[in-house]
Amino acid sequence: MGISVEGARKSFGDFQALDDVSIEVPDGSLTALLGPSGSGKSTLLRAIAGLETLDAGRVLIDGEDVSKKPTQKREVGFVFQHYAAFKHMTVFENVGFGLKIRRWDKAKIAARVHELLELVQLHGLADRYPSQLSGGQRQRMALARALAVEPQVLLLDEPFGALDAKVRKDLRTWLRRLHEEMHVTTIFVTHDQEEAMDVAGQLVVMNKGRVEQSGSANELYEQPANEFVMSFVGEVNRLGENFVRPHDMEVVLDADERTEEGMVQRIVALGFEIRVEFVLADGTEVWAQLTRNELQRLELQEGQIAYLRPVQAKSFNGSSPSDGQGASTPPGPEDEGDVEKSTAV
Amino acid sequence: MRVGSGNGSRWGLRVLGLGYVTLLLLLPLVLIFYKTFEDGIAPPLDAITSPDGLHALKLTLVMVAIAVPLNTIFGVGCALLLVRHKWKGNAIIDAVINLPFAISPVVIGLSLFLLYGQDGWLEPGLSEAGIKVLFSVPGMVLASVFVSLPFVVRETVPVLQEIGTEQEQAASTLGANAWQTFWRVTLPAIRWGVAYGVVLTTARVLGEFGAVSVVSGSISGQTQTLPLFVEKQYQNFNLPGAFGASVLLALLALMTLFAMNLLKRKEDA
Repeated sequence: MGISVEGARKSFGDFQALDDVSIEVPDGSLTALLGPSGSGKSTLLRAIAGLETLDAGRVLIDGEDVSKKPTQKREVGFVFQHYAAFKHMTVFENVGFGLKIRRWDKAKIAARVHELLELVQLHGLADRYPSQLSGGQRQRMALARALAVEPQVLLLDEPFGALDAKVRKDLRTWLRRLHEEMHVTTIFVTHDQEEAMDVAGQLVVMNKGRVEQSGSANELYEQPANEFVMSFVGEVNRLGENFVRPHDMEVVLDADERTEEGMVQRIVALGFEIRVEFVLADGTEVWAQLTRNELQRLELQEGQIAYLRPVQAKSFNGSSPSDGQGASTPPGPEDEGDVEKSTAV
Repeated sequence: MRVGSGNGSRWGLRVLGLGYVTLLLLLPLVLIFYKTFEDGIAPPLDAITSPDGLHALKLTLVMVAIAVPLNTIFGVGCALLLVRHKWKGNAIIDAVINLPFAISPVVIGLSLFLLYGQDGWLEPGLSEAGIKVLFSVPGMVLASVFVSLPFVVRETVPVLQEIGTEQEQAASTLGANAWQTFWRVTLPAIRWGVAYGVVLTTARVLGEFGAVSVVSGSISGQTQTLPLFVEKQYQNFNLPGAFGASVLLALLALMTLFAMNLLKRKEDA
């Protein structure tokens, strides 16, 4: 079941949470809504579920306009960041809730719930209460509960945000496998670009209530539409008008017409990868990502002068005037003609 | 900073606290029990089982049976309105609900007089319909509802705020409509707040004297609840009767509290 959102607008008081947002999510895909907090990604997800009503625009699920449908009739599975477990019900009752509402008979509910508990690896915990589960177990229970009613689409709002790093990694691998098995159209919201790239096939990058760019992880990394996307999906240095990834910074010991002079300020060894921080003549701070072998060959020392040559650089003249995270540039002209607002992903 | 960290001062505080509670709360209650049964069980029992005594007991239970469910339904609904549906009128409702706490029960009784009594605003319509409010049960019910109205609202609002809206939203994504969500998710989550409000409401209705006294006229065997009966017995120098009815009232209230604790313990087990 594909999902499309067309021209969605929503404001909370003075705050514009969604500003003319359109997205296309194809049937069976796993899509991430990625952006910093306040970018509108959660609002967009909640609008698809009907938990927020849009000021303007519409939501289509499988081609049908569901904008006027109440949440309980949209057949969406929703997973909340803080689980939203029914605290007075056991794991079994939580997972079976949607089926009970649909008046399934008891034997069928029991069979389906046990099948799902098996799937989320919670068998044997059916009689526990949510308070007796760990965070990861609660979130898997919430996922089983959402899947029980065989929703048309599965929506996850920062599903791993409240979990610790190790559990988070396990769960996202597990979610990706689950999606490969079930093929239910899935959208999940995250502010963690690594998580988005790891799990999702398609990414929609949002900022300030607008879609900055949509595409695969590779497309966003290789061909970012603007400096916001470039700095959000990876590390970036700014050299004049140009933006350079740290691994595209070549360090050499002899100057030529394409190099910039800089002083080595600090050398940080992060295992095989070495982070070398420079100060340029105009005071700009940049860093280059080298391998251990390169560093040994160059014999760099802190305090010495070396030369930087960008292998690959991007500039976004006349492009989006977004205030990217990391790159601190004055906003460009209010010309948004070429900001990509809606792209099929 | 820790107050009373020394052993001596800790004991001092305990004795002070216990002494205060004993003198002001326990001693009077114990004395009532003692006085009641001073001459054996027969005198208080006779007073309670007299026709007027039994009628007072029955009428008191009728008050509870009507006022408590009414205020429970109203209280939960009102709390939902205040917490879940934000609008400008909420501040006014919130303030008005506290009025019964702020106003003396006697004043409440008198205000009912102005509304339903002779020359009262609603009197012409009501007497035409053949309904007698004052000096009869309807007026007493109104007074009881009035004085005990805030309890369920006040106890329910904080629990509703605490549970938040996520569980209700989850229920709606699972296909539950508003009614199903209320019965299966919201109400179970707030049940102890509501239960505590019910206990307080019951205790208040059982013991209400001032407002009911004004509107009922306290006619023996007709419009006399247990508290009014106690006063009458006391005025007639029938102390065993007054004490007996008092003990009965205290036991009724204790039973309500006990019933709630029993339910809660059964659930926690």
